[in-house]
Amino acid sequence: MEYAAHILVVIGIYAILGLSMNLIAGFAGLLSVAQAGFYGVGAYVAAFLALQFHTPFVLNLTVSAVVAGGLGFVVGGPSLRLRGDYLVIATFSFQVIVLGVFTNWTSVTGGPMGLYGIPPVHVLGSAITSPLGFLVLVAATAAIVLWIASRLARPPFVRTPKAIREDHVLAAVRGKNVARTKLSLFVVSSAMAAVAGVLNTYYMRFIDPSSFTVMESIFIITIVIVGGAGNLYGPIVGAVVLVLLPEILRLMGIPSAAAANIRQILYGLALVACMLWRPQGLIGEYAFGREATPK
Amino acid sequence: MTSLVGMQSLSKHFNGVVALADFSCAVAEREILGLLGPNGAGKTTLFNVLTGLLAPDSGAADFKGTALIGRPVHKIANLGIARTFQNLRLIRRITVLENVLLCFKNQPGENLFNVFFRPGLCKRHEAGIREKALELLQTAGLADKANDLADNLSYGQQKLLSIVCCLAADADLLLLDEPIAGIAPEMAERILAIIADLPNQGKSAIVIEHDIDALKGIAHRMIFMDAGRKICEGAPDDVLNDPRVIEAYLD
Repeated sequence: MEYAAHILVVIGIYAILGLSMNLIAGFAGLLSVAQAGFYGVGAYVAAFLALQFHTPFVLNLTVSAVVAGGLGFVVGGPSLRLRGDYLVIATFSFQVIVLGVFTNWTSVTGGPMGLYGIPPVHVLGSAITSPLGFLVLVAATAAIVLWIASRLARPPFVRTPKAIREDHVLAAVRGKNVARTKLSLFVVSSAMAAVAGVLNTYYMRFIDPSSFTVMESIFIITIVIVGGAGNLYGPIVGAVVLVLLPEILRLMGIPSAAAANIRQILYGLALVACMLWRPQGLIGEYAFGREATPK
Repeated sequence: MTSLVGMQSLSKHFNGVVALADFSCAVAEREILGLLGPNGAGKTTLFNVLTGLLAPDSGAADFKGTALIGRPVHKIANLGIARTFQNLRLIRRITVLENVLLCFKNQPGENLFNVFFRPGLCKRHEAGIREKALELLQTAGLADKANDLADNLSYGQQKLLSIVCCLAADADLLLLDEPIAGIAPEMAERILAIIADLPNQGKSAIVIEHDIDALKGIAHRMIFMDAGRKICEGAPDDVLNDPRVIEAYLD
């Protein structure tokens, strides 16, 4: 039971990350590899506040989302002028900088040792320490994030991002403010990723920089691509499949030392298989990287 | 007649190739201007300059008294200039109806704040434009295709749709780049009828078209250009009888 609850909590956190990534990659066709950076910003801000000021969960969640959203605004402003490979490089540099800060700003982030001893979430005076209790919290948060994403994934709002991902020049000729639309989505996406980070902090009650590397960003992209970019529920399907996939190894009795490596191979295979045979993902509609934008 | 759009001495070079050279003209309200000229004469370049896709090397352009040069593409569109493309640009992976809906201006539901805090407003506006879009498609004879992907329309229907999109934008000036090139005569008739009706709705248009007979039927005035320059300008019959035009088209 504990085990099942744990798996579901992990799925919930990755579903939120996938939903956040889908807003920019799926709907607007913008590939960013900075998602783990924003995920980490949320995690560190919440951990810092909880440890230093003993502020409650809801406040820390709000502050983290606002900080990450603000950072998204600052980073997105200049980098969203770029497209394709150039955007990947710009977001990659942000990802590297953020990780550098996590690792080296020891007085605030604890450096490579990370931050530990984070207090549990208190709801109505009682601490949530069991995976089952935390699952309720994650499910509720994921539901709110899904609701926000659903508002953005339907017309009239979604029409402009869809137009941008296919032909950004035409979208502008049609009178759409391309820069503002992309930036709006990027800010919301960054804040959402931070929410996942806050949940991670309170669930593990320990964080260190290794959870927020570019590999994590790529894993989040894999969730979106495997699940189905541009479909509201695609990232949820992706999170379920990719979190459960390595669990099969555990059931097969493969030793844990080998399992970690095999897991990386599985993720790589899933991504390559999708790109080759099902570019729109399991339930998606948008073949990422296949639908070239006209000059 | 008051002038809707004016262009003064526009020039544009691409690596030494002249696309526009000291080009000036004006279009009045409710006027259809036909633009003639051989390939490479600079006609499409002119449209790209007017819509903000290209910055001219020199010169000025204004629309309803507002300077156009240096203004961002989407702002120019929202002033009331809509265009079609010679190589037919549509958002192909969304439906015909969505393509039309995309073109309505000032939609409250495109704003993040409104999406979350004024959903009622967004919903009402969306319902309103949906009705108007269906009406436009009905008039154009595309109503039965409303829910098809734009990509699945025939070439002629796509050209028709791109003009319906300009109508949805409720632009005062339409820049139409070869609206009937390469399509069946019956569809061409439908498109020409829509263009001919624009002045009755208070709209103006600049039409690039190689089909001289068709252009003659709808244009109030014509300009013939070559190598980026305006060669002659006037009533359709005068322009078409100008020896320089005859020479260019017989070559």
